[in-house]
Amino acid sequence: MSILEAIFQPGWVDTALKVGIIVVKILVLIAVVMFHVAYATYFERKVIGRMQVRMGPMEVGPHGLLQPIADMLKLFFKEDIIPEKADKPIFYIAPIISLASAMSALAVIPFYKDFMVANINIGLLFVLAMSSLASYGIVLSGWASNSKYAFLGGLRSSAQVISYEIALGLSLVGVMMMSGSLNLNEIVKAQAAYPTGFYAIPQILGFFVFVVAAIAETNRAPFDLPEAESELVAGYFVEYSGMRFALFYAAEYIGMILMGCIASACYLGGWTVPWYLIKILPFLKYVPGIVWFVGKVYFIVFCYYWIRATLPRYRYDQLMSIGWKLLIPLALLNILITGILKVIF
Amino acid sequence: MVEAFFIYFALMVVFCSVMVVSRKNPVHSVLWMLVMFFHVAGLYLMLNAEFLAATQIIVYAGAILVLFLFVIMLLNLKEEIATEHSVGGWPGGLALAVSFLLFALLAFTGFTVKASGKWSIQEVSRLTHTKALGKVLYTEYLFPFEVASVILLVAIVGAVVLAKKKLKS
Amino acid sequence: MPGTYLPESYLPIFIFIIIATLFGLGALLIGEIVRLRRPYHEKLMPYESGIDPVGEPRVRFSIRFYVIAMLFVVFDVEAIFLYPWAVVFDKIGLYAFVEMVIFIIILFVGYIYAWKKDAFQWE
Repeated sequence: MSILEAIFQPGWVDTALKVGIIVVKILVLIAVVMFHVAYATYFERKVIGRMQVRMGPMEVGPHGLLQPIADMLKLFFKEDIIPEKADKPIFYIAPIISLASAMSALAVIPFYKDFMVANINIGLLFVLAMSSLASYGIVLSGWASNSKYAFLGGLRSSAQVISYEIALGLSLVGVMMMSGSLNLNEIVKAQAAYPTGFYAIPQILGFFVFVVAAIAETNRAPFDLPEAESELVAGYFVEYSGMRFALFYAAEYIGMILMGCIASACYLGGWTVPWYLIKILPFLKYVPGIVWFVGKVYFIVFCYYWIRATLPRYRYDQLMSIGWKLLIPLALLNILITGILKVIF
Repeated sequence: MVEAFFIYFALMVVFCSVMVVSRKNPVHSVLWMLVMFFHVAGLYLMLNAEFLAATQIIVYAGAILVLFLFVIMLLNLKEEIATEHSVGGWPGGLALAVSFLLFALLAFTGFTVKASGKWSIQEVSRLTHTKALGKVLYTEYLFPFEVASVILLVAIVGAVVLAKKKLKS
Repeated sequence: MPGTYLPESYLPIFIFIIIATLFGLGALLIGEIVRLRRPYHEKLMPYESGIDPVGEPRVRFSIRFYVIAMLFVVFDVEAIFLYPWAVVFDKIGLYAFVEMVIFIIILFVGYIYAWKKDAFQWE
């Protein structure tokens, strides 16, 4: 059978239609997420500005609302600089790996009941798999830049990302035990049926480990060592400019939104509201699920900014000790406690 | 349709493997290997082994290949040495590849498809692959599973001992 | 091919990875078209706070990074063993719990060994 025949089997119109719908879904999702990324940068500057009794961006548009668009245009037209002796193919590919891996993980997020781009059985593992690729973008960009700062920043940062990845994975085991599933849609449904309505209460230890590991995994303050301006100037992307820099920046914010989505779906009940809240305030059940989901994600993202405005940066040795000596034992303890509770009850 | 996907994944695996061994720059080899692991994961998916596909990415692409990268950067081969090594090994490598191919061809002649046992495709799909695997691994294959932890323990001790002198600075 | 089938639920993932990669490529391509390029030697030098770079950029680094990467591989495999266990925990119950406690205790010995040998201690 030729390849053409294999593709144009009877019923290929249906197949094409199915693929078309998937493509449209993905494009809409990417557009919405990129819009959120643009305005996440705006809100970050506004929130942190207000916390430091400043105004934040005010010049472009009313209250600086057009600032992200101005930034984007500027990055498009920025001169492109590839350092001499840089490894060009890898220098080009590294930001694409960062962006594509962060973005693809969004495919399995249930934004509301049964709505996800890909309803697969191993959704949570897919997210972990994609976030484990984040270290490539970092270490390869540092290596390809042919610059000492970038190289050291890349190394440090990838060591940080892999250290916290273990804690991230282990912290989610508690959720898997409670729900008996790896499908995020099923996990949210299992939470709605659980007495407290969300897993953050019995899994408080796991939630704590998850949040700390998620901040470190996305290289955000107080774990933003790769960007330690005072010693490594900008770490692994010091040689990146214009659009390539923008891709790294977008990947970081998508990573943040992704972690917010996971926290929302695994610990905060996703698109559902706890049943007792509906009992007290019956009108809440008319609020569409996506509002709850997105609200929870915004809350987590806001916490990222809050933490950034509040805490000073850790030293590198402190950062590695927190990952290895504190979070991993805590995550294992959480599994042990969850196991004991499950065996008893 | 199944054939088209299979041919795509299988050809890409072969193509990427050739690229891995033919690149002079080891970091480029690592990148090709990353692409290859993704296509191997695709083949696992077509065998209804989604957990293995995820493991392929998480462990091989996400952990072992990162270790390779670190080792490559730690060794930091100079350009000339790298070229010499990758060119010098061709005849021996080719001989080895041909013998592997012959071995595989001989092995495939003895390959027969038997009637499926308890874990048929339908049964695994119904239960989901992860659960099916868990059920078998943590009841029937309990001993190998516990032995795995000892092997991992050896790996930890080995890594620390290898670098011991340097760590006690 | 016996045993081979098309996992349809993974089709969106396949398409998503392609589109996400194309998105990155497209963004770079648009940037490539619209922006200017006027390179000269000084501009293309690696940034080292205005000082000319000295020596190899890919410097030798601490063996600790290797140890961390190796330990990461081990613990990643451990985590992989935990996922199917967590999912079937309800069905197997106490039996599963005891066997996993043994598994983790054996690994914890190695963890404590690494800790005592200062593998997690950065100067």
